[in-house]
Amino acid sequence: MSKISRRQFVTAGLAATAGVSGLAVAANLGRRFGLVPPDSGGIYGPGETLTYAAQRLFTRHSLAREFPRSMISKVPFANDMPPLNDAFKRLQSGAFADWRLSIDGLVARPESYSLADLRGFPVRSQITEVVCEEGWSYVAEWIGTPLSEVLKASGILPQARYLVYFSIDPDWWDSIDLADAQHPQTLLAWAMNDGDLPVAFGGPLRLRLPRQLGYKSIKFVTRVMVTDSVKGFVPALDPKSPNSGYAWYAGI
Amino acid sequence: MGLGKGPFQGDVRASAGACYAARVSHAPSLRNQGPPRHALLVRVTHWITVISFLALLVSGVEILISHPRFYWGEVGNSRTPALFKIPIPSSRATVPTGYGYVLPDQNGWSRYLHFEAAWALVLTGLVYVISGLWTRHFRKNLFPAPADRTWRAFRSVIAKHLRLAPPDEADSRSYNVLQRVTYLLVIFVLVPLVIWTGLAMSPGFNAAVPWAVNSLGGRQSARTLHFFVSISLVLFLVLHVAMVVLTGFASRMREMITGLAAAPQERT
Repeated sequence: MSKISRRQFVTAGLAATAGVSGLAVAANLGRRFGLVPPDSGGIYGPGETLTYAAQRLFTRHSLAREFPRSMISKVPFANDMPPLNDAFKRLQSGAFADWRLSIDGLVARPESYSLADLRGFPVRSQITEVVCEEGWSYVAEWIGTPLSEVLKASGILPQARYLVYFSIDPDWWDSIDLADAQHPQTLLAWAMNDGDLPVAFGGPLRLRLPRQLGYKSIKFVTRVMVTDSVKGFVPALDPKSPNSGYAWYAGI
Repeated sequence: MGLGKGPFQGDVRASAGACYAARVSHAPSLRNQGPPRHALLVRVTHWITVISFLALLVSGVEILISHPRFYWGEVGNSRTPALFKIPIPSSRATVPTGYGYVLPDQNGWSRYLHFEAAWALVLTGLVYVISGLWTRHFRKNLFPAPADRTWRAFRSVIAKHLRLAPPDEADSRSYNVLQRVTYLLVIFVLVPLVIWTGLAMSPGFNAAVPWAVNSLGGRQSARTLHFFVSISLVLFLVLHVAMVVLTGFASRMREMITGLAAAPQERT
């Protein structure tokens, strides 16, 4: 074995110090500018952080592709759902007239809306693709209220960073950052392909995020909560969640 | 044969031969004179690529199992006709596979691993390609020498392989034209294609760079192409490992791990 010279030793030491402090600075900057996802711990953390940081740095405001009407899928596909609970069935028997969406957390004016109230906001219609993590996809027209309009009406407080959203199914909830919550294509969809949103596709109200995989587009939404921390609301880290073990950021 | 016929190649071999002879006279050690068979950077990036590729392969197969059907165009699902199906059971009950059972869902960790390994592969690939251009690695070791850029040179190497002729001495210090073209194809065509077709399936990336998926004919076309490019890379891996085994597993491994060239008597 050749002996390592003093110069090599010093050079290696300096390089290692520079590398470690570089990483520390990067981690700090990343946290400050919201480039670190909540599931950044563990062995898959580095890859997940690189993906999320790259998307937030380069694609924060980009719009998902929208398609011509001729490309709407004739036979859209929906995965099986867990059996709907009694609360849902009761609302369904009343044609969802009593369905409410509440907005709470770090907002100036907490609110609760009926579906008719939501239809009173500016309406957005978009023909986008639903992309399942399994590999399949379909294109449909989604009509609804941009989530950003509802958030604007309630007034997000400055310390807000995330949005947690809940299905009527108590085990089904998820969270997104404000970049996605305030994105113009993030929709509280109440109609699909010129009809009411069918139950199989999340009716009467589904949060549609066309820039992320289908599992982030939760069905039967009843509540959105603005928060400064998603601790406790990260499905990837929660064994009870149906999305347990699946990446929190699904824009890849 | 093909490699040694040109006058240029002859010169190179003569000078390399002198250095070679000097090296065998000493016991192998890190203080050995002469350049290593593979540069340190090539060796390190090679093995990181091996680990990343195997991780991508295992996790890719797991992800595929959740929907072993392929389509062409923008959309495709269990209710639309498939371009082709892989005849295996699925990890999802909603996929009509013809099998009466459903495999366990492994997509959570598989997806995490797939994208982390993809980052490792892309970053390692960037380091390799940039340093390869900087150090003229591609020009020196991979672009075929002018005398070899002929169909005759190609044919003679292929004929040699078909005759199962043992590799001549030059083959242990340098790549023949078939190897060079294959490595260049993997480095500059197949790996970029597999990255492109993979990125074309990312909903976030597609939003920012729509032509990446539109130019491939749509999202499901990208997925199908990703599958075929991956199969091509697996075929390369099988051939590559087979050739390593056939030409002396221990020597080839030592060259790629320590950089030290094999002594001539070990290559028989």
